[in-house]
Amino acid sequence: MYKSWVLIAVALLCAGVAAADEEGGIALRHADTDINNSESLQRGARNFMNYCSGCHSLKYLRYNRMAEDLKIPESELAGNLMFTTDKPFETINSAMPKDSESWFGKQPPDLSLMARARGVDYLFSYLTGFYVDKTRPWGVNNLYLPSTAMPHVLQYQQGLQKPVFKNEPDAAGARMVLDGVESMTPGAMKTEEYDQFVRDIVNFLDYAGEPVKAKRQSMGVFVTLFLLMFFAFAYLLKKEYWKDVH
Amino acid sequence: MAGERLLGWIDQRFPLTSLWKEHLAEYYAPKNFNFWYYFGALALLILVNQLVTGIFLTMNYKPSSAEAFSSIEYIMRDVNWGWLIRYLHSTGASAFFIVVYLHMFRALLYGSHRKPRELVWIFGCLIFLLLMAEGFMGYVLPWGNMSYWGAQVIVSLFGSLPVVGASLVEWIRGDYYIADATLNRFFALHVAALPLALIFLVIAHIMALHEVGSNNPDGIDIKKYKDANGHPLDGIPFHPYYTVKDLVGVAGFLLLFCAVIFFAPTFGGLFLEAPNFEPANALQTPPHIAPVWYFTPFYAMLRAVPSFAGTQVWGVLVMGASIVVLFFVPWLDRSPVNSIRYRGPIYKIMLTIFVLSFIALAVCGVKPPSGIYPTLAKVCTVLYFAFFLLMPWYTKFDSVKPVPERVTGHV
Repeated sequence: MYKSWVLIAVALLCAGVAAADEEGGIALRHADTDINNSESLQRGARNFMNYCSGCHSLKYLRYNRMAEDLKIPESELAGNLMFTTDKPFETINSAMPKDSESWFGKQPPDLSLMARARGVDYLFSYLTGFYVDKTRPWGVNNLYLPSTAMPHVLQYQQGLQKPVFKNEPDAAGARMVLDGVESMTPGAMKTEEYDQFVRDIVNFLDYAGEPVKAKRQSMGVFVTLFLLMFFAFAYLLKKEYWKDVH
Repeated sequence: MAGERLLGWIDQRFPLTSLWKEHLAEYYAPKNFNFWYYFGALALLILVNQLVTGIFLTMNYKPSSAEAFSSIEYIMRDVNWGWLIRYLHSTGASAFFIVVYLHMFRALLYGSHRKPRELVWIFGCLIFLLLMAEGFMGYVLPWGNMSYWGAQVIVSLFGSLPVVGASLVEWIRGDYYIADATLNRFFALHVAALPLALIFLVIAHIMALHEVGSNNPDGIDIKKYKDANGHPLDGIPFHPYYTVKDLVGVAGFLLLFCAVIFFAPTFGGLFLEAPNFEPANALQTPPHIAPVWYFTPFYAMLRAVPSFAGTQVWGVLVMGASIVVLFFVPWLDRSPVNSIRYRGPIYKIMLTIFVLSFIALAVCGVKPPSGIYPTLAKVCTVLYFAFFLLMPWYTKFDSVKPVPERVTGHV
């Protein structure tokens, strides 16, 4: 009786916490990436090297580690993916000089761990969330990172989006609040194509954040199966020993 | 034959056989231990895990502000099995606190802190205190942005102490801000001083326990009824009975532990926080600074106390008191019985409220101080202290049930 009351109280507490947790703001888009999809990872690596690596490094990831994990032949690697070095054991560095801070107001960050620091949904939302804003130095702003220092590098792929506002009355009267974006001028890719293009990059960045992730998860299945067996044998052993305890 | 001769040779020079008998083969433990009695052995297992994985991490970790963050990524990517060693260590830290909290809760359930086990409890409280210091300093070592700002917030708490505050903070940091010197000394304390002290205290904890004997879910003394050989009738040798039983507990624990390591090592940002994947940056604070989950109940109490007479020191004192009060529990509890099985409804209600307010405080500490959380934290801080400070009265006036002479069954 006492135990069930405690359980009910704990359940109510959890529900209360969950209810109090609903926050406002623009919801992130769901990235829907798959770390085990090596074709997506390969496309992501290609996209990253061609569109991102000029400014952004992956300083903790080595080219040959990437080639091995993503099943990219060394010949392909040197010819199509390595632009800043000819040594496959080197890490993926960008071509940005140290004074690039004066170009953008901020040095383009290393992206090795960005997926772990911000999450794949955030990266996916960010890369699809640029919109036209004439007040910004690069003519674009971002729905998910207001006043971002980054230009819309992929605007020829995505095209341009314009902001959508909604009316939100508050104490001071009516107020326009940024609500979302909609397509303004189309780019070279259709919306679904662009989403997939970005999804592949984000998937690749998720891999780059923790190269062992896929292996870790598949190992985990075997570890769990082994431990289940170990548990069963340990339990039987205990039962055998405890037969004579009354 | 040769083995016996060797053992004899050793026993003449070192009490190997008598130690084995005293602490394992002829240490008689009550036969009715239940689920709650796994956590002592599990805490020992995690301690060994932390020591062993810690040694291997130390082989590749660089305790300097310039290299610490990169050396962790080196361990995660380039060291053979480095990722596994690191996740074993980082998940082990959180598991340690889960297991220790459950172990302490067991004591409150069955009165394991009460006479004659007061010293067992006090050694345990000291272990908990050192474990918090160990956890805090270990969390700073990866030199991520949350490490940095967490250290900044926690160390500056000492600054609120009157007179000595400012110079004390400077003395702890070894610099005017959290810097290389701080990282170096935290490393020294984390890998040498505190583990040594922990091992010493764990030995003292177990020696004190084995001197007086283990408590049990009925909270009664099993040494009252002995057989012809002088062994307790309700006792069984720890080895092999509890070694094989604890093996089942270990298997169950490892199932959960490895599930976290292999499928959710960050545990949704609770065990490894997302901002800590960005290197320490003295110019940019994370959006919301909170300590790791196992400190959040105490952190919530710190934030719940408003500043008064122009100083924040009251929150720091309340947080300190929330730990110090634990040491007095053996003397605050005045119930004529030990186990919750024979206590009256008031203790059951108070213990439930205590556990719920502790969990609620943990949640409050994780969340930003807005909405209902500041009020909830204030209420729960009062409830947390009410459990301890009102204990002398409610345990005395609470009704009790008759206590059996012998233990009631075993699971």
